[in-house]
Amino acid sequence: MMDEKRKTMISCESVDKTFTTKTTTNHVVNKFNLEVKENEFVVLFGPGQCGKTTVLNLMAGLETPTEGRIIVNDKEVKGPDPERGFVYQTLALFPWYTVMQNVEYGLRMKGIKKAERREKAKYYIDLVGLGGFEDSFPNQLSGGMQQRVGIARAYCNEPVVLFMDEPFGHLDAQTRYLMQDEIVKIWEKEKRTVVFVTNNIEEAVFLADRVVVLTNCPTTVKCEYVIDLPRPRSYTDPKFLALRSEIQSVVDKTL
Amino acid sequence: MTDKNRKKKYMLLSALSLLVFLLIWELVTDVLHIFSNLTLASPIQVVETFFYKLNHTAPDGGTIQAHMWASLKVALSGYALSLIVGIPLGIFMAWYRPVDFLARPIFDFVKAIPGLAWAPLMIVLMGIGFTSKAVTIFISGMVPCVLNAYSGIKQTKDVHLWVARTFGATRMQMLFKVAIPTALPMIMTGARVALGACWMSIVAAELIASSEGLGYMIQQCRGIFRPDVIIVGMLCIGALGSLITWLIGQVEKKIVKGRNHDA
Repeated sequence: MMDEKRKTMISCESVDKTFTTKTTTNHVVNKFNLEVKENEFVVLFGPGQCGKTTVLNLMAGLETPTEGRIIVNDKEVKGPDPERGFVYQTLALFPWYTVMQNVEYGLRMKGIKKAERREKAKYYIDLVGLGGFEDSFPNQLSGGMQQRVGIARAYCNEPVVLFMDEPFGHLDAQTRYLMQDEIVKIWEKEKRTVVFVTNNIEEAVFLADRVVVLTNCPTTVKCEYVIDLPRPRSYTDPKFLALRSEIQSVVDKTL
Repeated sequence: MTDKNRKKKYMLLSALSLLVFLLIWELVTDVLHIFSNLTLASPIQVVETFFYKLNHTAPDGGTIQAHMWASLKVALSGYALSLIVGIPLGIFMAWYRPVDFLARPIFDFVKAIPGLAWAPLMIVLMGIGFTSKAVTIFISGMVPCVLNAYSGIKQTKDVHLWVARTFGATRMQMLFKVAIPTALPMIMTGARVALGACWMSIVAAELIASSEGLGYMIQQCRGIFRPDVIIVGMLCIGALGSLITWLIGQVEKKIVKGRNHDA
Protein backbone atom coordinates (compact mmCIF):
# COMPACT_ATOMS: atom_id res chain seq x y z
CA MET A 1 0.00 0.00 0.00
CA MET A 2 2.70 2.46 0.99
CA ASP A 3 4.43 3.55 -2.15
CA GLU A 4 7.72 5.11 -1.12
CA LYS A 5 8.06 6.89 -4.46
CA ARG A 6 5.08 9.05 -3.70
CA LYS A 7 5.79 12.62 -2.79
CA THR A 8 5.73 13.61 0.88
CA MET A 9 2.93 16.15 1.17
CA ILE A 10 3.02 16.89 4.89
CA SER A 11 5.86 16.54 7.29
CA CYS A 12 5.75 17.56 10.92
CA GLU A 13 9.21 17.87 12.42
CA SER A 14 9.28 17.58 16.24
CA VAL A 15 6.39 19.98 16.64
CA ASP A 16 5.67 21.30 20.12
CA LYS A 17 2.75 23.42 21.18
CA THR A 18 2.24 25.03 24.55
CA PHE A 19 -0.62 27.39 25.26
CA THR A 20 0.30 30.01 27.84
CA THR A 21 -1.98 32.42 29.59
CA LYS A 22 -1.03 34.74 32.45
CA THR A 23 -1.69 32.06 35.04
CA THR A 24 -1.40 28.72 33.25
CA THR A 25 0.75 26.86 30.77
CA ASN A 26 -0.78 23.98 28.91
CA HIS A 27 1.56 21.67 27.06
CA VAL A 28 -0.67 20.12 24.39
CA VAL A 29 1.58 18.75 21.64
CA ASN A 30 4.89 17.07 22.45
CA LYS A 31 7.63 16.44 19.85
CA PHE A 32 5.15 15.40 17.22
CA ASN A 33 6.55 13.77 14.07
CA LEU A 34 4.48 12.70 11.11
CA GLU A 35 4.89 12.24 7.38
CA VAL A 36 1.97 12.00 5.03
CA LYS A 37 2.38 10.92 1.40
CA GLU A 38 0.52 12.38 -1.54
CA ASN A 39 -3.08 11.15 -1.81
CA GLU A 40 -2.79 9.23 1.43
CA PHE A 41 -5.80 9.07 3.75
CA VAL A 42 -4.39 9.36 7.26
CA VAL A 43 -6.58 9.20 10.33
CA LEU A 44 -5.36 10.66 13.59
CA PHE A 45 -6.98 8.61 16.30
CA GLY A 46 -6.66 9.33 19.99
CA PRO A 47 -8.50 9.65 23.25
CA GLY A 48 -10.79 12.62 23.81
CA GLN A 49 -9.17 15.96 24.66
CA CYS A 50 -5.72 14.63 23.72
CA GLY A 51 -4.86 17.47 21.36
CA LYS A 52 -5.83 15.98 17.99
CA THR A 53 -7.58 19.15 16.92
CA THR A 54 -4.59 21.24 17.94
CA VAL A 55 -2.33 19.06 15.76
CA LEU A 56 -4.68 19.61 12.85
CA ASN A 57 -4.90 23.36 13.48
CA LEU A 58 -1.11 23.51 13.51
CA MET A 59 -0.90 21.75 10.16
CA ALA A 60 -3.57 24.03 8.74
CA GLY A 61 -1.74 27.09 10.03
CA LEU A 62 -4.56 28.23 12.31
CA GLU A 63 -2.10 27.86 15.22
CA THR A 64 1.65 28.43 15.25
CA PRO A 65 3.93 25.75 16.72
CA THR A 66 5.90 26.74 19.82
CA GLU A 67 8.78 24.65 18.50
CA GLY A 68 9.53 22.58 15.43
CA ARG A 69 8.15 23.15 11.97
CA ILE A 70 5.59 21.82 9.56
CA ILE A 71 6.16 21.51 5.83
CA VAL A 72 3.17 21.13 3.53
CA ASN A 73 3.73 20.75 -0.21
CA ASP A 74 7.38 21.84 0.15
CA LYS A 75 6.48 25.05 1.94
CA GLU A 76 6.74 25.79 5.64
CA VAL A 77 3.35 26.50 7.19
CA LYS A 78 3.22 30.14 8.30
CA GLY A 79 -0.51 30.71 8.41
CA PRO A 80 -3.71 29.58 6.75
CA ASP A 81 -3.50 29.09 3.02
CA PRO A 82 -6.12 28.27 0.37
CA GLU A 83 -4.07 25.24 -0.72
CA ARG A 84 -4.95 23.63 2.60
CA GLY A 85 -8.66 22.93 2.89
CA PHE A 86 -10.41 22.42 6.20
CA VAL A 87 -13.66 20.69 7.11
CA TYR A 88 -14.70 21.69 10.58
CA GLN A 89 -16.23 19.80 13.46
CA THR A 90 -18.96 22.32 14.06
CA LEU A 91 -21.32 23.51 11.39
CA ALA A 92 -19.17 26.13 9.81
CA LEU A 93 -21.26 27.07 6.80
CA PHE A 94 -22.14 30.70 6.34
CA PRO A 95 -25.85 30.81 7.18
CA TRP A 96 -26.41 33.90 5.02
CA TYR A 97 -25.23 32.12 1.87
CA THR A 98 -26.99 29.46 -0.17
CA VAL A 99 -25.37 26.07 -0.74
CA MET A 100 -24.00 27.32 -4.05
CA GLN A 101 -22.60 30.51 -2.53
CA ASN A 102 -20.99 28.57 0.30
CA VAL A 103 -19.32 26.09 -2.03
CA GLU A 104 -18.01 28.72 -4.44
CA TYR A 105 -16.77 30.94 -1.59
CA GLY A 106 -13.11 29.99 -1.90
CA LEU A 107 -13.10 30.52 -5.66
CA ARG A 108 -14.76 33.88 -5.19
CA MET A 109 -12.03 34.87 -2.74
CA LYS A 110 -9.52 33.96 -5.45
CA GLY A 111 -11.34 36.28 -7.84
CA ILE A 112 -12.49 33.61 -10.28
CA LYS A 113 -15.24 34.64 -12.68
CA LYS A 114 -18.80 33.74 -11.86
CA ALA A 115 -19.52 31.38 -14.76
CA GLU A 116 -16.36 29.40 -14.16
CA ARG A 117 -16.75 29.10 -10.40
CA ARG A 118 -20.44 28.20 -10.72
CA GLU A 119 -19.55 25.35 -13.04
CA LYS A 120 -16.89 24.02 -10.71
CA ALA A 121 -19.07 24.43 -7.62
CA LYS A 122 -21.89 22.61 -9.38
CA TYR A 123 -19.54 19.68 -10.05
CA TYR A 124 -18.65 19.35 -6.37
CA ILE A 125 -22.23 19.85 -5.19
CA ASP A 126 -23.20 16.96 -7.44
CA LEU A 127 -20.22 14.96 -6.22
CA VAL A 128 -21.40 15.13 -2.60
CA GLY A 129 -24.92 14.24 -3.73
CA LEU A 130 -26.61 17.60 -3.19
CA GLY A 131 -27.67 18.34 -6.76
CA GLY A 132 -30.96 20.25 -6.63
CA PHE A 133 -30.15 21.95 -3.30
CA GLU A 134 -27.97 24.71 -4.77
CA ASP A 135 -30.32 27.48 -3.72
CA SER A 136 -31.18 26.16 -0.27
CA PHE A 137 -29.91 27.89 2.81
CA PRO A 138 -27.97 25.85 5.39
CA ASN A 139 -30.75 26.06 7.97
CA GLN A 140 -33.02 24.22 5.53
CA LEU A 141 -30.67 21.22 5.43
CA SER A 142 -30.07 18.35 7.86
CA GLY A 143 -26.79 18.04 9.74
CA GLY A 144 -25.48 15.39 7.33
CA MET A 145 -26.35 17.51 4.31
CA GLN A 146 -24.69 20.55 5.87
CA GLN A 147 -21.51 18.57 6.41
CA ARG A 148 -21.63 17.47 2.76
CA VAL A 149 -21.71 21.14 1.81
CA GLY A 150 -18.70 21.67 4.08
CA ILE A 151 -16.85 18.90 2.23
CA ALA A 152 -17.84 20.29 -1.17
CA ARG A 153 -16.70 23.74 -0.09
CA ALA A 154 -13.29 22.45 0.96
CA TYR A 155 -12.93 20.39 -2.24
CA CYS A 156 -14.11 23.12 -4.57
CA ASN A 157 -11.17 25.32 -3.71
CA GLU A 158 -8.95 22.51 -5.06
CA PRO A 159 -6.59 22.32 -2.13
CA VAL A 160 -3.57 20.01 -2.21
CA VAL A 161 -4.34 18.70 1.27
CA LEU A 162 -7.61 18.39 3.14
CA PHE A 163 -7.91 18.49 6.91
CA MET A 164 -11.05 17.10 8.48
CA ASP A 165 -11.66 17.67 12.16
CA GLU A 166 -14.23 15.11 13.35
CA PRO A 167 -16.56 16.19 10.59
CA PHE A 168 -19.16 13.58 11.52
CA GLY A 169 -18.83 14.00 15.29
CA HIS A 170 -22.21 15.57 15.84
CA LEU A 171 -24.19 13.41 13.41
CA ASP A 172 -26.47 10.60 14.53
CA ALA A 173 -25.15 7.05 14.20
CA GLN A 174 -27.02 6.15 11.00
CA THR A 175 -26.06 9.34 9.19
CA ARG A 176 -22.52 8.85 10.36
CA TYR A 177 -22.25 5.42 8.69
CA LEU A 178 -23.72 6.88 5.54
CA MET A 179 -21.27 9.77 5.52
CA GLN A 180 -18.28 7.48 6.15
CA ASP A 181 -19.31 5.50 3.12
CA GLU A 182 -19.80 8.69 1.16
CA ILE A 183 -16.46 10.27 2.04
CA VAL A 184 -14.62 7.17 0.84
CA LYS A 185 -16.48 7.29 -2.46
CA ILE A 186 -15.78 10.99 -2.88
CA TRP A 187 -12.13 10.50 -2.01
CA GLU A 188 -11.74 7.58 -4.43
CA LYS A 189 -13.22 9.70 -7.21
CA GLU A 190 -11.26 12.84 -6.30
CA LYS A 191 -8.01 11.71 -4.68
CA ARG A 192 -6.51 14.16 -2.24
CA THR A 193 -4.13 14.01 0.67
CA VAL A 194 -6.44 13.80 3.68
CA VAL A 195 -5.71 14.09 7.38
CA PHE A 196 -8.83 13.12 9.28
CA VAL A 197 -9.23 13.42 13.04
CA THR A 198 -11.60 11.20 14.97
CA ASN A 199 -12.10 9.60 18.36
CA ASN A 200 -14.20 6.83 16.83
CA ILE A 201 -12.17 3.66 16.29
CA GLU A 202 -14.60 2.15 13.82
CA GLU A 203 -14.53 5.29 11.71
CA ALA A 204 -10.72 5.31 11.80
CA VAL A 205 -10.37 1.73 10.54
CA PHE A 206 -13.12 2.17 7.97
CA LEU A 207 -11.59 5.24 6.35
CA ALA A 208 -7.85 5.14 6.73
CA ASP A 209 -4.91 4.04 4.64
CA ARG A 210 -3.02 4.52 7.86
CA VAL A 211 -4.24 5.05 11.40
CA VAL A 212 -1.95 7.12 13.58
CA VAL A 213 -2.68 6.54 17.25
CA LEU A 214 -1.97 9.51 19.50
CA THR A 215 -1.17 9.48 23.21
CA ASN A 216 -2.90 11.42 25.92
CA CYS A 217 -2.12 15.11 26.33
CA PRO A 218 0.59 16.31 25.75
CA THR A 219 0.09 14.29 22.66
CA THR A 220 2.56 12.61 20.37
CA VAL A 221 2.47 9.62 18.02
CA LYS A 222 2.06 6.41 19.96
CA CYS A 223 2.02 3.94 17.08
CA GLU A 224 0.76 3.51 13.54
CA TYR A 225 -1.26 0.90 11.70
CA VAL A 226 -1.37 0.51 7.96
CA ILE A 227 -4.86 -0.59 7.04
CA ASP A 228 -4.57 -2.57 3.83
CA LEU A 229 -8.10 -3.92 3.72
CA PRO A 230 -9.70 -3.43 0.29
CA ARG A 231 -12.42 -0.79 -0.04
CA PRO A 232 -15.35 -0.69 0.36
CA ARG A 233 -14.74 -2.14 3.78
CA SER A 234 -17.24 -3.96 5.91
CA TYR A 235 -17.67 -3.12 9.59
CA THR A 236 -18.26 -6.80 10.31
CA ASP A 237 -15.37 -8.32 8.32
CA PRO A 238 -13.29 -10.45 10.80
CA LYS A 239 -10.07 -8.72 9.70
CA PHE A 240 -11.73 -5.36 10.29
CA LEU A 241 -12.83 -6.41 13.75
CA ALA A 242 -9.40 -7.83 14.60
CA LEU A 243 -7.70 -4.55 13.66
CA ARG A 244 -10.31 -2.61 15.51
CA SER A 245 -9.80 -4.45 18.78
CA GLU A 246 -6.03 -4.39 18.41
CA ILE A 247 -5.97 -0.62 18.01
CA GLN A 248 -8.52 -0.21 20.76
CA SER A 249 -6.26 -2.11 23.13
CA VAL A 250 -3.31 0.25 22.67
CA VAL A 251 -5.10 3.56 22.92
CA ASP A 252 -4.77 5.50 26.18
CA LYS A 253 -7.80 5.74 28.37
CA THR A 254 -9.16 9.06 29.47
CA LEU A 255 -11.19 9.71 32.57
CA MET B 1 -62.06 21.96 11.93
CA THR B 2 -59.92 23.11 9.04
CA ASP B 3 -57.22 25.72 9.38
CA LYS B 4 -59.21 28.18 7.31
CA ASN B 5 -62.25 27.88 9.54
CA ARG B 6 -60.13 28.25 12.65
CA LYS B 7 -58.58 31.40 11.22
CA LYS B 8 -62.02 32.77 10.47
CA LYS B 9 -63.13 32.06 14.01
CA TYR B 10 -60.19 33.91 15.52
CA MET B 11 -60.69 36.86 13.17
CA LEU B 12 -64.30 36.99 14.28
CA LEU B 13 -63.26 36.95 17.94
CA SER B 14 -60.80 39.78 17.37
CA ALA B 15 -63.39 41.82 15.51
CA LEU B 16 -65.83 41.17 18.33
CA SER B 17 -63.51 42.53 21.03
CA LEU B 18 -62.97 45.67 18.98
CA LEU B 19 -66.69 46.06 18.46
CA VAL B 20 -67.45 45.65 22.17
CA PHE B 21 -64.81 48.23 22.99
CA LEU B 22 -66.34 50.74 20.57
CA LEU B 23 -69.84 50.01 21.87
CA ILE B 24 -68.86 50.64 25.50
CA TRP B 25 -67.08 53.81 24.44
CA GLU B 26 -70.17 55.00 22.59
CA LEU B 27 -72.36 54.00 25.54
CA VAL B 28 -70.47 56.02 28.15
CA THR B 29 -70.32 59.10 25.94
CA ASP B 30 -73.19 59.75 23.51
CA VAL B 31 -75.75 57.44 25.12
CA LEU B 32 -75.34 57.63 28.90
CA HIS B 33 -73.38 60.90 29.04
CA ILE B 34 -71.17 59.61 31.86
CA PHE B 35 -68.39 61.71 30.31
CA SER B 36 -69.19 65.06 28.78
CA ASN B 37 -67.91 65.71 25.28
CA LEU B 38 -65.48 68.22 26.78
CA THR B 39 -63.63 65.42 28.58
CA LEU B 40 -64.11 62.39 26.36
CA ALA B 41 -65.24 62.47 22.75
CA SER B 42 -67.46 59.71 21.40
CA PRO B 43 -66.20 57.41 18.63
CA ILE B 44 -68.67 58.93 16.15
CA GLN B 45 -67.42 62.40 17.01
CA VAL B 46 -63.84 61.22 16.53
CA VAL B 47 -64.59 59.94 13.04
CA GLU B 48 -66.34 63.19 12.16
CA THR B 49 -63.43 65.24 13.49
CA PHE B 50 -60.96 63.15 11.51
CA PHE B 51 -62.71 63.92 8.23
CA TYR B 52 -63.12 67.56 9.26
CA LYS B 53 -59.43 67.87 10.03
CA LEU B 54 -58.52 66.59 6.58
CA ASN B 55 -59.29 70.01 5.11
CA HIS B 56 -59.66 72.37 8.06
CA THR B 57 -56.85 73.97 10.04
CA ALA B 58 -59.00 74.91 13.07
CA PRO B 59 -58.55 74.75 16.01
CA ASP B 60 -54.78 74.22 16.07
CA GLY B 61 -53.53 75.87 12.88
CA GLY B 62 -52.95 72.93 10.58
CA THR B 63 -54.71 70.10 8.75
CA ILE B 64 -54.11 66.57 9.97
CA GLN B 65 -51.96 65.83 6.91
CA ALA B 66 -49.79 68.88 7.59
CA HIS B 67 -49.21 67.72 11.17
CA MET B 68 -48.48 64.17 10.09
CA TRP B 69 -46.01 65.35 7.49
CA ALA B 70 -44.32 67.66 10.01
CA SER B 71 -43.89 64.84 12.52
CA LEU B 72 -42.79 62.31 9.92
CA LYS B 73 -40.27 64.68 8.40
CA VAL B 74 -38.53 65.31 11.71
CA ALA B 75 -38.76 61.71 12.91
CA LEU B 76 -37.46 60.19 9.69
CA SER B 77 -34.65 62.72 9.32
CA GLY B 78 -33.45 62.07 12.85
CA TYR B 79 -33.92 58.35 12.31
CA ALA B 80 -31.95 58.30 9.07
CA LEU B 81 -29.13 60.16 10.75
CA SER B 82 -29.12 57.72 13.66
CA LEU B 83 -28.82 54.78 11.22
CA ILE B 84 -26.05 56.45 9.23
CA VAL B 85 -24.02 57.27 12.33
CA GLY B 86 -25.08 54.56 14.78
CA ILE B 87 -24.67 51.39 12.72
CA PRO B 88 -21.14 52.08 11.42
CA LEU B 89 -20.12 53.35 14.85
CA GLY B 90 -21.33 50.13 16.49
CA ILE B 91 -19.61 48.01 13.83
CA PHE B 92 -16.28 49.79 14.11
CA MET B 93 -16.40 49.84 17.90
CA ALA B 94 -16.82 46.07 17.89
CA TRP B 95 -14.23 45.38 15.17
CA TYR B 96 -11.41 47.81 16.03
CA ARG B 97 -10.37 48.02 19.65
CA PRO B 98 -8.93 51.55 19.41
CA VAL B 99 -12.28 52.83 18.12
CA ASP B 100 -13.95 51.10 21.03
CA PHE B 101 -11.67 52.82 23.53
CA LEU B 102 -12.07 56.17 21.77
CA ALA B 103 -15.83 56.16 21.47
CA ARG B 104 -16.91 54.17 24.51
CA PRO B 105 -16.58 56.79 27.28
CA ILE B 106 -18.66 59.29 25.34
CA PHE B 107 -21.11 56.70 24.16
CA ASP B 108 -21.64 55.23 27.65
CA PHE B 109 -22.33 58.72 28.90
CA VAL B 110 -24.82 59.46 26.12
CA LYS B 111 -26.44 56.04 26.58
CA ALA B 112 -27.18 56.72 30.24
CA ILE B 113 -29.25 59.80 29.43
CA PRO B 114 -32.74 59.24 28.02
CA GLY B 115 -32.91 60.73 24.54
CA LEU B 116 -35.70 63.08 25.54
CA ALA B 117 -33.64 64.67 28.28
CA TRP B 118 -31.62 66.24 25.48
CA ALA B 119 -34.65 68.11 24.15
CA PRO B 120 -34.56 71.15 26.49
CA LEU B 121 -30.85 71.69 25.84
CA MET B 122 -31.30 71.35 22.10
CA ILE B 123 -34.21 73.78 22.16
CA VAL B 124 -32.10 76.32 24.05
CA LEU B 125 -29.27 75.74 21.58
CA MET B 126 -31.22 75.64 18.33
CA GLY B 127 -34.69 76.95 18.93
CA ILE B 128 -37.96 75.05 18.60
CA GLY B 129 -37.61 74.38 14.88
CA PHE B 130 -36.69 71.33 12.86
CA THR B 131 -33.04 71.01 13.89
CA SER B 132 -33.42 70.78 17.65
CA LYS B 133 -36.02 68.06 17.38
CA ALA B 134 -34.15 66.15 14.67
CA VAL B 135 -31.01 66.11 16.85
CA THR B 136 -33.00 64.89 19.87
CA ILE B 137 -34.52 62.12 17.73
CA PHE B 138 -31.10 61.28 16.37
CA ILE B 139 -29.70 60.74 19.85
CA SER B 140 -32.67 58.58 20.89
CA GLY B 141 -32.32 56.41 17.79
CA MET B 142 -28.56 56.17 17.73
CA VAL B 143 -28.21 54.33 21.05
CA PRO B 144 -30.06 51.13 20.03
CA CYS B 145 -28.35 51.20 16.62
CA VAL B 146 -24.90 51.24 18.18
CA LEU B 147 -25.70 48.69 20.87
CA ASN B 148 -27.21 46.16 18.48
CA ALA B 149 -24.59 46.56 15.76
CA TYR B 150 -21.92 46.15 18.43
CA SER B 151 -23.29 42.95 19.91
CA GLY B 152 -24.10 41.64 16.43
CA ILE B 153 -20.47 41.94 15.34
CA LYS B 154 -19.36 40.38 18.62
CA GLN B 155 -21.45 37.30 17.79
CA THR B 156 -19.21 36.49 14.83
CA LYS B 157 -18.15 32.86 15.16
CA ASP B 158 -14.44 32.09 15.24
CA VAL B 159 -14.98 29.13 12.97
CA HIS B 160 -16.44 31.40 10.28
CA LEU B 161 -13.41 33.67 10.54
CA TRP B 162 -11.15 30.60 10.23
CA VAL B 163 -12.99 29.49 7.13
CA ALA B 164 -12.51 32.92 5.60
CA ARG B 165 -8.85 32.90 6.61
CA THR B 166 -8.16 29.47 5.16
CA PHE B 167 -9.71 30.72 1.94
CA GLY B 168 -7.34 33.65 1.98
CA ALA B 169 -9.66 36.48 3.04
CA THR B 170 -8.10 39.76 4.12
CA ARG B 171 -9.04 41.40 7.41
CA MET B 172 -11.27 43.80 5.47
CA GLN B 173 -13.02 40.92 3.68
CA MET B 174 -13.55 39.21 7.03
CA LEU B 175 -15.33 42.32 8.28
CA PHE B 176 -17.52 42.79 5.23
CA LYS B 177 -18.07 39.17 4.21
CA VAL B 178 -18.24 37.48 7.62
CA ALA B 179 -18.74 39.82 10.57
CA ILE B 180 -21.29 42.17 9.03
CA PRO B 181 -23.44 39.38 7.54
CA THR B 182 -23.36 37.72 10.98
CA ALA B 183 -24.45 40.96 12.59
CA LEU B 184 -27.14 41.77 10.03
CA PRO B 185 -30.12 40.34 11.93
CA MET B 186 -29.04 42.20 15.07
CA ILE B 187 -28.42 45.37 13.06
CA MET B 188 -31.95 45.11 11.67
CA THR B 189 -33.33 44.60 15.18
CA GLY B 190 -31.46 47.72 16.24
CA ALA B 191 -32.95 49.61 13.32
CA ARG B 192 -36.43 48.48 14.33
CA VAL B 193 -35.97 49.38 18.00
CA ALA B 194 -34.49 52.73 16.98
CA LEU B 195 -37.50 53.47 14.82
CA GLY B 196 -39.80 52.91 17.79
CA ALA B 197 -37.61 55.08 19.98
CA CYS B 198 -37.57 57.85 17.36
CA TRP B 199 -41.33 57.84 16.93
CA MET B 200 -41.90 57.98 20.70
CA SER B 201 -39.42 60.81 21.02
CA ILE B 202 -40.85 62.91 18.22
CA VAL B 203 -44.26 63.04 19.83
CA ALA B 204 -42.79 63.75 23.23
CA ALA B 205 -40.47 66.40 21.82
CA GLU B 206 -43.40 68.09 20.14
CA LEU B 207 -45.29 68.06 23.41
CA ILE B 208 -42.48 70.00 25.05
CA ALA B 209 -42.03 72.68 22.44
CA SER B 210 -43.12 72.90 18.86
CA SER B 211 -45.18 74.85 16.38
CA GLU B 212 -46.46 71.96 14.30
CA GLY B 213 -46.75 68.18 14.31
CA LEU B 214 -49.08 65.61 15.84
CA GLY B 215 -47.65 66.05 19.33
CA TYR B 216 -48.14 69.79 19.01
CA MET B 217 -51.71 69.29 17.82
CA ILE B 218 -52.78 67.15 20.78
CA GLN B 219 -50.97 69.42 23.21
CA GLN B 220 -52.82 72.48 21.83
CA CYS B 221 -56.19 70.76 22.01
CA ARG B 222 -55.63 69.78 25.62
CA GLY B 223 -55.65 73.50 26.44
CA ILE B 224 -58.92 74.15 24.63
CA PHE B 225 -60.80 71.01 25.73
CA ARG B 226 -61.02 69.27 22.37
CA PRO B 227 -60.74 65.57 23.30
CA ASP B 228 -61.99 64.63 19.83
CA VAL B 229 -58.93 66.19 18.17
CA ILE B 230 -56.67 64.70 20.83
CA ILE B 231 -58.01 61.21 20.10
CA VAL B 232 -57.72 61.74 16.35
CA GLY B 233 -54.10 62.75 16.95
CA MET B 234 -53.45 59.70 19.11
CA LEU B 235 -54.94 57.38 16.53
CA CYS B 236 -52.86 58.97 13.77
CA ILE B 237 -49.70 58.58 15.86
CA GLY B 238 -50.51 54.92 16.41
CA ALA B 239 -51.41 54.26 12.79
CA LEU B 240 -48.32 55.96 11.38
CA GLY B 241 -46.11 54.22 13.92
CA SER B 242 -47.53 50.83 12.98
CA LEU B 243 -47.17 51.58 9.30
CA ILE B 244 -43.50 52.45 9.42
CA THR B 245 -42.76 49.54 11.76
CA TRP B 246 -44.45 47.25 9.26
CA LEU B 247 -42.45 48.75 6.42
CA ILE B 248 -39.14 48.16 8.16
CA GLY B 249 -40.28 44.62 8.96
CA GLN B 250 -40.71 44.05 5.22
CA VAL B 251 -37.23 45.43 4.53
CA GLU B 252 -35.85 43.15 7.25
CA LYS B 253 -37.45 40.09 5.66
CA LYS B 254 -35.83 40.96 2.34
CA ILE B 255 -32.37 41.51 3.80
CA VAL B 256 -32.05 38.78 6.40
CA LYS B 257 -32.07 35.64 4.28
CA GLY B 258 -31.34 32.12 5.48
CA ARG B 259 -31.96 32.88 9.09
CA ASN B 260 -35.69 32.98 9.37
CA HIS B 261 -36.64 30.62 12.16
CA ASP B 262 -39.59 29.08 10.36
CA ALA B 263 -37.51 27.86 7.42
